Amino acid sequence: MSLNLCPNIADPDGFYEFIVESQRAMSDEQANRMNARLILILANHVGDLATLRQAIELAATTGAHRAG
Amino acid sequence: MFQTYKYPEFAYRPSAEQAEGRTQRHPVVIIGAGPVGLTAALDLASRGLSCVVLDDNNTVSIGSRAVCYAKRPLEIWDRLGLADRFIDKGISWKLGKVFFGDRQVYQFDLLPEDGHKCPAFINLQQYYLEEWMVETIAANPRIDLRWKHKLISLRQEEDHAILTVETPDGIFTTEADWVIACDGANSDTRKMVGAEFTGQFFQDRFLIADIVMKADFPTERWFWFDPPFHRNQSALLHKQADDVWRLDFQLGWDSDPDEEKKPEKVIPRVKAMLGDDVEFELEWASVYQFACRRIGQFRHGRVLFAGDAAHQVSPFGARGANTGVQDIDNLTWKLALVIEGKAPIDLIDSYHEERAFAADDNLLNSTRSTDFITPKSAASRRFRDAVLDLAEVTYFAKPLVNSGRLSAPTPYTQSALNTPDSETWEGRMTPGTVCSDAPVTVNGTPDWLLRQLGAGFTLLSFGPAKAVDWNGVTAQPLVVGQDLTDAEGLVAARFDGRPGSCYLIRPDQHVAARWRSFDPASVRAAIARACSAKGTY
Ligand SMILES: Cc1cc2nc3c(=O)[nH]c(=O)nc-3n(C[C@H](O)[C@H](O)[C@H](O)COP(=O)(O)OP(=O)(O)OC[C@H]3O[C@@H](n4cnc5c(N)ncnc54)[C@H](O)[C@@H]3O)c2cc1C
Repeated sequence: MSLNLCPNIADPDGFYEFIVESQRAMSDEQANRMNARLILILANHVGDLATLRQAIELAATTGAHRAG
Repeated sequence: MFQTYKYPEFAYRPSAEQAEGRTQRHPVVIIGAGPVGLTAALDLASRGLSCVVLDDNNTVSIGSRAVCYAKRPLEIWDRLGLADRFIDKGISWKLGKVFFGDRQVYQFDLLPEDGHKCPAFINLQQYYLEEWMVETIAANPRIDLRWKHKLISLRQEEDHAILTVETPDGIFTTEADWVIACDGANSDTRKMVGAEFTGQFFQDRFLIADIVMKADFPTERWFWFDPPFHRNQSALLHKQADDVWRLDFQLGWDSDPDEEKKPEKVIPRVKAMLGDDVEFELEWASVYQFACRRIGQFRHGRVLFAGDAAHQVSPFGARGANTGVQDIDNLTWKLALVIEGKAPIDLIDSYHEERAFAADDNLLNSTRSTDFITPKSAASRRFRDAVLDLAEVTYFAKPLVNSGRLSAPTPYTQSALNTPDSETWEGRMTPGTVCSDAPVTVNGTPDWLLRQLGAGFTLLSFGPAKAVDWNGVTAQPLVVGQDLTDAEGLVAARFDGRPGSCYLIRPDQHVAARWRSFDPASVRAAIARACSAKGTY
């Protein structure tokens, strides 16, 4: 399996709203913690280590030009 | 402090060579009488070699150090006739509980597979282990164990080392064809040969407190992440022999080690952990820090490094002594064959190849545990806590909890001594792997498979087989159904022992090669290969 980078979410705006909404009442720290749990849950769902590596590398390198 | 254990004081005895002022050449000199050096002496003696052991001290390991010994070192000690005593005195445990904050999030059962002589793990204070090895050595005429003998310098010639040793009677010189350096993490010998010792140093401190307590806490390993009684740090509770319990508190880098080990500081910590009403006596307290590092080369000419002198790991997962004893298991048979002139000196280099590979595996495991237990950044801490929170409510996160992984032998899968399989096999007994034990009967009496393997090479065969010799190195047949009965069918099951199958097993009980039928020419070639012989045979 390789990382699917084509659009795969049926309702993009709905999904985006849902995830932002889920953290609206949280402090940054609470949201960060939730994100860590979410990553683990989704990573387990994916399972395949090669795919996870690709995703981690992509996430680590995009946006690198931005400060902070 | 209270004492359940009285430290023996071993007598210094002047040696004849020092008294008479002559320089003697020994086949093997071992530096250091810790668990690794003592095991080395007994193992060499069991292979017919004489050795001298030098130790700068005159007692066993002071205070509380190693607690847990795993199945493989116990099997090695069983070969040396020591394991029964360790197992009888030691505490067997199999249940581990992990707490996060005030909640139990995870519980594991070591679930040792049935049908092995030795348990998965025992807990026993390191001083017992050493004291009993010293006792056994005293009765062994091949071993000359010398207390209050400090190695102060070493230099090497082409085929031997020259050692300068200091005793209460002054300084003398002695020589050795081979030196095994087992002088611990701060090895002087390592400095004398100029070896590098590199790796990762962890900026953290841990308090260990041994207490004597009769309370009926269960015989389980309890590990806390961020407990209410010790916020933001980890803590551990583990039982040892004589109602002694090991408590371990992570302190952080800023703590003052001299302050922290004072009883007035330790006792409140213990009370906070166990409750105010639990009665206990403090037996030992010390503060340690650790590093994960290893020597570049295990062999420097005639000097061979083993145990903590060769590699240092974090205590999480109980790997130090466990892996050091396996260094010795790997080394002694090779040294014996080389000294007897039956194998080329290259065989000694396979010691580095195989044990550096194992050390790297141990270091990796122990570094991973350390990173989980003591996260180095806020982001890493968040992932750690996320795992623990999820472990309480989901199955998937449980295997991610790492409070120290059980020490298990590293198979030498890449070793040049292995003859690769040319047929198909099921199960775990691939070349380079340590043999699994299994129950057998011998002449109608229940016994264990590993105890039937000889001191040399063995041909474990599920069909007819005969002794095979290469260059004076003989593999003796051990025929299932003839020399032993596979009482529960577990030998055949664990070795995929279809009729005719045949395993060549090394003197350290690792699989060297295997075939679906016995062919003396193939066996001979595999023995040669397992002895590092070049060319074809
Ligand atoms: C808190 C703690 C918990 C641990 N828990 C475990 C555990 O549960 N399981 C486990 O397997 N391991 C554990 N370990 C590690 C274990 O204690 C060591 O790995 C083990 O003692 C190493 O044995 P060694 O023989 O290589 O070295 P050491 O035990 O250090 O022995 C070295 C010997 O060499 C002698 N020596 C030093 N220099 C010289 C010299 N110049 N001349 C002559 N002699 C010299 C010393 O006096 C000493 O006797 C733990 C360690 C600590 C600190």
